[in-house]
Amino acid sequence: MVATLERPSPEHRINTETEIGSAIVMSRVIEPAAIVEHVSKVFIQRPLFRRGAVKEVRAVDDVSFAVGRNEIFGILGANGSGKSTLIRMLSTLLIPDSGRVEVFGYDVRRDEAQVKRLINRVSVEASFFKKLSPGENLAYALRLYGRSGPAVRTETYAVLERLGIARDKVSEPLEQLSRGMQQKVAIARALLTSPVLLLLDEPTTGLDPRSKLDVQGFVRELRHGHDATILLCTHDMAEAEALCDRVAILEKGKLVALDTVDGLKRRFGAEMGMRDPSLEEIFIHLTGRSLAEDTEDDNE
Amino acid sequence: MNQSLGPAQRTLPGAGIWWETRASLAFVERNLYLVRRYWHLELAFLIFNVASAMSVLYIGEAQMQSGGGTGEGRFDLVLYLGIGTVVWAYLRAVFSNVGEMVAWERWEGTIEYTMMAPISRLAHMLGVSLFSIVYGLIRSALLLGVLALFFSVDLSNANLGGAAVILLVGSISFLGFGIMAAVLPLLFPERGEEMTFVISSILLLVSGVYYPISVLPDWMEPLATISPATYVLEGMRAALLDGTPTMALGPSILPILILGVVTLPIGIAIFGWGERYAKRTGRLKRSG
Repeated sequence: MVATLERPSPEHRINTETEIGSAIVMSRVIEPAAIVEHVSKVFIQRPLFRRGAVKEVRAVDDVSFAVGRNEIFGILGANGSGKSTLIRMLSTLLIPDSGRVEVFGYDVRRDEAQVKRLINRVSVEASFFKKLSPGENLAYALRLYGRSGPAVRTETYAVLERLGIARDKVSEPLEQLSRGMQQKVAIARALLTSPVLLLLDEPTTGLDPRSKLDVQGFVRELRHGHDATILLCTHDMAEAEALCDRVAILEKGKLVALDTVDGLKRRFGAEMGMRDPSLEEIFIHLTGRSLAEDTEDDNE
Repeated sequence: MNQSLGPAQRTLPGAGIWWETRASLAFVERNLYLVRRYWHLELAFLIFNVASAMSVLYIGEAQMQSGGGTGEGRFDLVLYLGIGTVVWAYLRAVFSNVGEMVAWERWEGTIEYTMMAPISRLAHMLGVSLFSIVYGLIRSALLLGVLALFFSVDLSNANLGGAAVILLVGSISFLGFGIMAAVLPLLFPERGEEMTFVISSILLLVSGVYYPISVLPDWMEPLATISPATYVLEGMRAALLDGTPTMALGPSILPILILGVVTLPIGIAIFGWGERYAKRTGRLKRSG
């Protein structure tokens, strides 16, 4: 599958063949924003000061894919499928056990500082100092990215206002805002730091339909207006169809499919004996379970 | 649009000492916001500190009255205890603020975002340390002010400059201990914070805050020699009670300096190791 083929450049060409079950998925991406190559992560839970069984959880198992520059790349998976672990490895918050993870040519282990300057992340929980206001939280976050001063404050107010957060709410403690509003502040935080790779870990989970549409609009705007590449983990099939150029499906840490939505429909429709299967039907066909059963991916 | 972003082509923001120093102010600003939002807690802790300190000082008063000590001796005991309470309030504030740099963020759920930000860990610690010192000084000054209202303190003979030097030099090693303690909530998400309380409690016990270390059991006294608080308190008492000149405070300043030079880099190294361990084992993830 070919994605993001602007300005072909031989030195940035990668051509990865990944065997997925019986299918061969070709992922050829020119100018990769992110490369995940044969990456694995195992968590070992060993009781401290006590005797007991050592529990081993293989969260990500030999996963490979590349995300093209300016692409919106979706990752679908049930609870415990490894989505958040992958996002954390790309965010430099987890060190892979094996394999290679690169962001715009920088290795997440070797070039951690450079990678951090290129990325930001929005997770399912809007992680903020709850007693502080959106304005205070954003001032703190932006200073960490070297942004401060009156111009940044004005920009912050403008972004929050466009996200539907009124000026009088900007000074209220964040804990007094709805979850939807808190998530919009999280989106604003990412937007204001101008990441070139934005990692979205179920950003719309639990939001009302209106807020969901607002957030999706901002994701599109980020791609077009800020030249950002977006990696989106979602449970929402409609959201994946609406936003993503390509979709990867993870199951128990393994990549089981990777293609455009149309490509997945063509390939697995024939296999399933259906002419135009939905993404949900393809997901059930590949994983044996429905994403609707999962509301949160917080157990990885 | 669509310019290549490979390592050779992209100009990255950040990096450089000036950029890092400015970014480190984020922690000072954030903590000031937190103090303002949690003002009621700050007030409660201040009242608790004042009440505790006054209780200790009244024990000194009572001791002197019932013991029939001379007027001069009575005054010395109250001042001796007063120096102990104020200096310990400062050192503990520095230690706790630095020690809580991970625990607080873990509790709020922001730790991953701070760790993901493009700021070096050294600049992170610099910001937290700067705030801790300023915060500790203000809290201790307030405590001292209130105590001065209730107890007549004669500092006419005191070497205030020497005391300030001792306090600031002593802060370095407490920052080192604080950074070492801060790693505990990274390694032990559920119990790390409690462990930092244990460290500060042991320092309080062995450092001669309210009594000379000579009253400690023999086996406990060696612990006093590796506690920077011991030398800070000795030096402060020498400067404030006896008016010892700054140049003569060397026997206190030297061990504090050595402990500072040793504990600070060790603290930073341990924190770096702890962070890598947490990133390998997935312990940065929010809990609590």
